[in-house]
Amino acid sequence: MSTTLTLYVPRDSAALAVGADAVADALRAQAAASGLALNLVRNGSRGLLWLEVLLEVATPQGRVAYGPVTAEDVPTLWPALMADAVGEYPSHPLRQGVTEQIPYLALQERLTFRRIGVTDPLSLDDYAAHEGWAGLKAAVGHSSATILHEVTHSGLRGRGGAAFPAGIKWRTVAHAHSPVKYIVCNADEGDSGTFADRMVMEGDPYLLIEGMAIAALAVGAEQGFIYVRSEYPQAVAVLAEAIERATQAGWIGADVAGSGRRFDLQVRMGAGSYVCGEETAMLESLEGRRGIVRAKPPLPALQGLFGQPTVINNVLTFAAVPTLLARGADFYRNYGVGRSHGTLPFQLAGNIRQGGLVEKAFGLTLRELLYGFGGGTRSGRPIKAVQVGGPLGAYLPESQWDVPLDYEAYAAIGAVVGHGGIVVHDDTADLAALARYAMEFCAIESCGKCTPCRIGSTRGVEVIDRLVANRANPQVHEQQVTLLRDLCDTMLGGSLCAMGGMTPYPVLSALNHYPADFGLAPAAVAPEAAAAN
Amino acid sequence: MNAPDRAAAAPSAGGSAPPLNPAEQAVVDAVLAERRHLAGALLPLLHGIQDRLGYVPPGAQPLIAQALHLSRAEVHGVVTFYHHFRSEPAGRHVLQVCRAEACQACGGEALLARARERLGCSEAAPTNAARSHTVEPTYCLGLCAQSPAAMLDGRLHARLTPAKLESLLAATESVEAPAGETA
Repeated sequence: MSTTLTLYVPRDSAALAVGADAVADALRAQAAASGLALNLVRNGSRGLLWLEVLLEVATPQGRVAYGPVTAEDVPTLWPALMADAVGEYPSHPLRQGVTEQIPYLALQERLTFRRIGVTDPLSLDDYAAHEGWAGLKAAVGHSSATILHEVTHSGLRGRGGAAFPAGIKWRTVAHAHSPVKYIVCNADEGDSGTFADRMVMEGDPYLLIEGMAIAALAVGAEQGFIYVRSEYPQAVAVLAEAIERATQAGWIGADVAGSGRRFDLQVRMGAGSYVCGEETAMLESLEGRRGIVRAKPPLPALQGLFGQPTVINNVLTFAAVPTLLARGADFYRNYGVGRSHGTLPFQLAGNIRQGGLVEKAFGLTLRELLYGFGGGTRSGRPIKAVQVGGPLGAYLPESQWDVPLDYEAYAAIGAVVGHGGIVVHDDTADLAALARYAMEFCAIESCGKCTPCRIGSTRGVEVIDRLVANRANPQVHEQQVTLLRDLCDTMLGGSLCAMGGMTPYPVLSALNHYPADFGLAPAAVAPEAAAAN
Repeated sequence: MNAPDRAAAAPSAGGSAPPLNPAEQAVVDAVLAERRHLAGALLPLLHGIQDRLGYVPPGAQPLIAQALHLSRAEVHGVVTFYHHFRSEPAGRHVLQVCRAEACQACGGEALLARARERLGCSEAAPTNAARSHTVEPTYCLGLCAQSPAAMLDGRLHARLTPAKLESLLAATESVEAPAGETA
């Protein structure tokens, strides 16, 4: 310990975007100048994103965190790091104490994210030393029926937003008669406020690979694809390298973990289309076409990629699977409430003081997340609105912050948990402008196949513009409100997929809960049921 | 959807596209040889060409169509459907500012407006007259807890302030100046 200093500087995009490489370079230079052997690990991110760059030093008490660190801090930080390394307790304004004891981290229930930030993402040794491959090894020893039973019994539901039971989807594919089946990971994480998929891919890529390999064994597939959005070049690079290494090591490829079964994996890059996060549009894109949504049925589970039975799950769904196989379905199932079993990695984003990743069992409330973890807004102003579940999720006013975060409870108030993204706005936010943006975004990203989405979104922007412009003209104003509600009703009921079908969620919730922003008196608000419908 | 407008906006939609120059031809040939046999090869092909050239020249579309046994319309449709692909070179520096909700909550829209004004770019004309910079909106870089965020020449930047943006842009210009003198 006296001759080698072990430091951790994350290589996650969230750290790179605030200068992690410069910090790493400065540390190397400092070590060279001091004639000290430096073991610099480029780990994933702990998810305490307001503290990035979060530098850690190995100490006799465990890893100690410093943050947010910049390259300029390194000279003053160096003596403190040296002192920590030999078990002294230096004082430094950026010193956060033992990482694992930081309340934000200590209060979480990390299952999927338990390794992320701890290990070197691409180190196979690190992965194996931290319970890696335990789920796959268990799966190799099980029959397909047993794996399917475990996944079903765990209560795991699709983490991409639709929350469909993973076990039932897998069973459908397993029972489909076809010599060729596919496993496709939807890593087109386009929702604003979400970054959990990215953190898994960059911070623990073998976890995703392991989950997909287990799915392949369960359903009898030999080929898998990970469809990653083009805005995530770092994730693509890490995954490509991880697939190469895992194949070389025999965890996937010609003989999956000694099972005698083949499973080959490829990364494919999207090209900046939000709608390709919709599973059938993603399939079209993978096949080399425009991302146009397909009508269902047929279900992708029966006729998916290239017309073959296909398991499509989100990154977090596959990433949950190794844990439940390694530790048992009951272990996983016992987290959560109601029919929402397990944990969800929530992502606290937007105007929030302590933004980051919070993995907790379902059932906690938004208020606990916003204030307990998040510490209120970054601007110091009151929170006005919180959008949960991405750009297609509802805006929640304070009266709804005590509803437990579970799929059914949220559905009951006309909201969605979705992919667990939580975007906070302070009292300077204009909800009419945000509602207009929701329609505008839909117009930009609509695939164009169905009319309510393609045309409705453009009309929606126009109606909101007229509504806002005619605040002084009650008659026109009222007409536009009626028109907007009618339009939303058409989009909700008549769209082919969630793009057009859920864009009304943010729009109607903004209109219902923040009427003043639209120039309406609170009394004019229609009952909440209108939004929930 | 809006066929006449699209045809007018895209030179390759009707008539013949301008032929490829030798450098473009070499890249297109190399990428076709490398990737045409992939399952669902079109997006990987387009990425390969754009990664190396910075854009997908309209003249490449008929070659790709021929190689993949597709119609030119299908290839053109894909190139123009995806925001990521561009049919002409961008400015020498590309700034993509996120305008999704989490960035809006922390001043992303003002940042985008500022960048456009500062560099002489607009929504209608994302590349400035000097072709030194292209400014584009993007919809989420996955840095939502550290908003507002942007990507400059492929590098991510988070917790941006007007001052930080200014220093990033100034750095692109100082890199720019000597190159301009020698050219």
